[in-house]
Amino acid sequence: MELLNAIVAMSNYVLIPAIAYGSQLALGALGVTLVYGILRFSNFAHGDTMAFGAMVTILITWWFQSMGLSLGPLPTALLALPFGIVITALMMLATDRVVYRFYRRVKAKPIIFVMVSIGLMFILNGVVRFIVGPGEQFFADGERFIISARDFKDWTGLEEGLAFRTSQGITIVTAVIVVAALFWFLNRTRTGKSMRAFSDNEDLALLSGINPERVVMYTWLIVAALATIAGVLYGLDKTFKPFTYFQLLLPIFASAIVGGLGNPLGAIAGGFVIAFSEVTVTYAWKKVLGYLLPESLEPSGLVQLMSTDYKFAVSFAILVVVLLFKPTGLFKGKSV
Amino acid sequence: MSVNWRNVSLFGLVGALILGSGFLQSWNVALVLLNMGLVSAIMSLGVNMQWGYAGLFNVGIMGFVALGGLAPVLVSMPPVGEAWAAGGVRAIGALIFAALVLIGAVQIWKRMAKGMARSLAMLVLLVAGFFIFRAIFDPAVDAIESVNPAGTGYLGGLGLPILLAWPVGGLLAAGAAWAIGKTALGLRSDYLAIATLGIAEIIIAVMKNEDWLARGVKNVVGLPRPVPYEVDLQNSASFVARMDAWGFDPVTSSSVVVKLGYAGLFAVVLLILIWMSQAALHSPWGRMMRAIRDNEVAAEAMGKDVTRRHLQVFILGSAVVGIAGAMMTTLDGQLTPGTYQPLRFTFLVWVMVIVGGSGNNWGAVLGGFLIWFFWVQVEPISHWLMGLVTSGMADGSAIKAHLLESTAHMRLLTMGVILLLVLRFSPRGLIPEE
Repeated sequence: MELLNAIVAMSNYVLIPAIAYGSQLALGALGVTLVYGILRFSNFAHGDTMAFGAMVTILITWWFQSMGLSLGPLPTALLALPFGIVITALMMLATDRVVYRFYRRVKAKPIIFVMVSIGLMFILNGVVRFIVGPGEQFFADGERFIISARDFKDWTGLEEGLAFRTSQGITIVTAVIVVAALFWFLNRTRTGKSMRAFSDNEDLALLSGINPERVVMYTWLIVAALATIAGVLYGLDKTFKPFTYFQLLLPIFASAIVGGLGNPLGAIAGGFVIAFSEVTVTYAWKKVLGYLLPESLEPSGLVQLMSTDYKFAVSFAILVVVLLFKPTGLFKGKSV
Repeated sequence: MSVNWRNVSLFGLVGALILGSGFLQSWNVALVLLNMGLVSAIMSLGVNMQWGYAGLFNVGIMGFVALGGLAPVLVSMPPVGEAWAAGGVRAIGALIFAALVLIGAVQIWKRMAKGMARSLAMLVLLVAGFFIFRAIFDPAVDAIESVNPAGTGYLGGLGLPILLAWPVGGLLAAGAAWAIGKTALGLRSDYLAIATLGIAEIIIAVMKNEDWLARGVKNVVGLPRPVPYEVDLQNSASFVARMDAWGFDPVTSSSVVVKLGYAGLFAVVLLILIWMSQAALHSPWGRMMRAIRDNEVAAEAMGKDVTRRHLQVFILGSAVVGIAGAMMTTLDGQLTPGTYQPLRFTFLVWVMVIVGGSGNNWGAVLGGFLIWFFWVQVEPISHWLMGLVTSGMADGSAIKAHLLESTAHMRLLTMGVILLLVLRFSPRGLIPEE
């Protein structure tokens, strides 16, 4: 019984949140890694792209809600998501046309691209704050829980409750679908193959008649979709606040690098590595240990390795360790 | 050396902008602009050393500013004797222990033969060290923070004159830069960027949470000042008499005089730093740095130790940023870790350097003043513009209210547009590298 309680407590506070957070990070890191693989720069505007996509989806969700449209137990945001993706994709294509294309044509150094993306980051950040303001926005509706803590206790008769929120379930399911679709696209379709070819060897790809502008266009479309989905899922699971999305940049970059920049599989693995370490290091283990250990050994403190405010430090520490000991990441990424 | 009239007129323009806001708004506003402009100019000088001289992409400037800002608290606040008695020695001892553990781990990594044994030994030392450190450290922190938590609750400083804090701020930032540079400088540019981004967030997190050090988000207020207080000036008979003789209002003029005092001190620091950076840039060392920046491989072939030189310039630039951070805290008279935001302290300084002209010290200084001016003035300007745009709309309409309310966020938008325009149409900046 004690053991079961410990397992339930751990799933409730560590496993489920970390899987949900890991899926969100993985989707974000996939976007960063695709831009890095195809366009060859670290996109600092990615966090704010996520915020932009989420914001558009939120506005459409509100509009739907005001019209009385809903998906029943599922959040209305899922219905608004495709529209959000389309608008974000249009925005990305427009920025590529207005901003990035010029630097591709003059073959600017990657660092210039990074700076340009910082400029875009400012602009997107400003636009998002301008439209919805810097505060928190709520847009989740529908059923709150798939399994609520009390139901679980009633069913099992255990002392510990297990809550599984709808947003967490949706995050996990969506992430699996999106990742499967992305890998199918990259490995099976002609466009996906040309993207991988372009990423592996640009000259050879050009030689075999791949149109670079087309590859870049598809990349932006996919990145827009990934960013919007990641942004909306994060917003559903936690809350939407423009500044948090900017701060997500660090764990997302950490995930992409830990997995190996430019490697989609690595981005997913990296996302989960970072999420699990952040959650385990900043979780207070008192409860779980309390069930597992005999009473005499029961810990007096919270048994929290680090306070939650240091979660950035965790992703950063992992990043540094990986960079020092395995610079190309866990899965072989690029190290140009 | 011939006088470059274009550059002189650019500086003249900035001077005119600041004077203009003095005439149009008030002299206090103009002097606040000038003072923060001086601080910003020093920050962008530091970043220019890293980026302009050596091509290092540091996006952790906020962290160095904050570390520098910590120095005035550590140097000039009076020590809290009770807190020291409660757990000061123990806390310091714990920190020394942590440093020893880290040194030990590095030594194991260097000395032992490669293999499982080495990794295991290092891991065991680090994990055991962490738990022992927490066991020594936590009670000490609790003891310190429980000493009069509303008033102090931290160790306090050394009670020395605050001007000393400026070089100390530089040293703190330089120390951090050494540690970061040692680990991250061998990596390629994107990774350095992300590593510095992370370290800046960590420095801010530490300053927000470690209350024993500088009260965290409870802020340290009332730092000593290097210039007299306005109230003292207003109470001094000779000051009031002189201002009356010149026909100024003593209350307004007292605050103007105080701000002028700061401006004088800052200007001295800026002049010393710019003289030193110009000398460095035109010395063989400066030429070597630029050679490394332009072609690392060739410079290495000439026998230059690229990683070492990068470390050197990284430390120097960060130290300059740290000095600016200490000066800023001194100017504010308080340390408020909650107000450090990457968009304001990292990326804005980058805009300054790029707009001013990377690789040129005068350009960096110009960018510092100019961008700071716009950063402050964009809000009133855009408010006025918005008022113009919305003047046709019906009063009380939701869109009008929203638009007027949102002008505060125009700053970020404007900075982004300025950065993109400069990168696109004038990538070498206003005052290009010679």
